Amino acid sequence: MTAPTSTVPVGASYAEGSVLDWSRTLLPGRVVLDEQVASNAPWSAVVAAGQVLTIVDVGGNQSADCLMYNAADPEERYSVPDTLTWQQNAYVTTGTVLRSNEGRPLMTVVGNEIDRQDTIGGACSKESNTLRYGHHVMYHHGCRENFLAEASRRGLGIRDLVSNLNWFMNVPVEADGALGIVDGMSAPGRRVAIRAEMDVLVLVSNCPQMNNPCNDFNPTPLRMIVVEPSGAQE
Amino acid sequence: MTLSAPREQHTTNTVLNARTDARAQGGQRSEWMPYLPAASSPFVPTDVDPTALVWAETVAPGGYTHKVLTRGSRIRFDDPTGDACAHLVLYNALEPTERLNVADTQKIPWQAYLGAGHPLLSGDGRVLATVLADTSGRHDAFCGTSTDAWNEQKYGDSRPEGPTPSGRGLLVKAAAKHGLGRRDLPPSISLFQGVRVETDGQLAWQGSFGAGTHVELVAELPLLVLVANVAHPLDPRPDYQVGPLRVHAWRGAATGPADPRFAATPELERAYLNTIDYAEARGL
Ligand SMILES: [Zn+2]
Repeated sequence: MTAPTSTVPVGASYAEGSVLDWSRTLLPGRVVLDEQVASNAPWSAVVAAGQVLTIVDVGGNQSADCLMYNAADPEERYSVPDTLTWQQNAYVTTGTVLRSNEGRPLMTVVGNEIDRQDTIGGACSKESNTLRYGHHVMYHHGCRENFLAEASRRGLGIRDLVSNLNWFMNVPVEADGALGIVDGMSAPGRRVAIRAEMDVLVLVSNCPQMNNPCNDFNPTPLRMIVVEPSGAQE
Repeated sequence: MTLSAPREQHTTNTVLNARTDARAQGGQRSEWMPYLPAASSPFVPTDVDPTALVWAETVAPGGYTHKVLTRGSRIRFDDPTGDACAHLVLYNALEPTERLNVADTQKIPWQAYLGAGHPLLSGDGRVLATVLADTSGRHDAFCGTSTDAWNEQKYGDSRPEGPTPSGRGLLVKAAAKHGLGRRDLPPSISLFQGVRVETDGQLAWQGSFGAGTHVELVAELPLLVLVANVAHPLDPRPDYQVGPLRVHAWRGAATGPADPRFAATPELERAYLNTIDYAEARGL
């Protein structure tokens, strides 16, 4: 059937003619999951210990907001401050160990095709959008809402949302402490690969933000590939 | 002089003797204690009317405290020795799912470093508290507090009842006293020991400004405040060197349109509007 017309002001999608590069897994291995995440949508999966998740920035500079939980005990979850403290650095890059609120490794960045990844900027939300841009955008969709919807499918809720990671987003901290989301350093087909150090529930929001450059004002899809690694990096 | 062992100082062989012994212990002072009534604090900040005080306490090194405060309360933290480190988590006391959101607290003001005028934001687009005054300038919103794993690798021990407690271990206890669990502890901020981000992202230790600084907040919503006074995780000293933390709170008014800080930036103005909107609807 043809789609009905609608008066609902749904979020934008990518402009016609946008370059999309679906790429492939960053590390070789037996593929156990290969899914596309539509613009603006949430996604989740359990990545078993030892498996590697490749996230493909299909359209370029598309923020993939990400939270991680110990799948066996979700009270243990991703912690920005622990990740930063243990590596004594504010940026995420190859080799960064993504740690839990108990200081334990949840995942490790084993492949990365952009200079640095962000874990300071947090997630957008309907409410914080009103502070940042004005109440006229309150009706826009946000990552916090994506996280809540996807978390609820996994038995988790608002108490389980904490500061997150933003793959393919660029948040520099300047000498005087000035901080903000600026134009990204990614491009269509760029990837990051993260290896699970325990069985990890991964939640992703394909950021629907239309008011800052976290997705280049052009929300594009993501590709998620999980492999059982078979050897060295391609 | 050698003090006799505690056992030898007490006669407690009958209920009456035990009661007399217990009652004889009252009225003493220690270096770290709450002061009740708050007006009896020996450390009332100058310019504060003692009769307006609602909370006065000295938190021990490696100690923690917690309080529910009404909207408009002023909260002052003092670092008398230069070695305090106040790790804070704030909640809307009426709906504790609304809690400190460190990412929004840094992102929305476009500023990573805390200081006077900085809003401490929740994830719900509202201001939990505003920093009104700051004579230290050495604070941190990146590293959070210490975990058991961190203190075990650094000091060999993390037990909350031990000599090198982790901040998280203490905050877990403080949260539990308000019915909150481990999943209710978001990333925290810390006062009085500074960290700065270098060009390459390195987190550089800045440490204390020195003895005698203070930070004053105003509660913009009814607040549950959790505080742990523990060594900052990046404190480079091999020993666990923490000083006492003084806390005072007194009655006051939340930020309103007449305050210059209300419209200091467009983000702040909308954050205060959201906060007042919530307070008005709830009849606060
Ligand atoms: Zn977003």
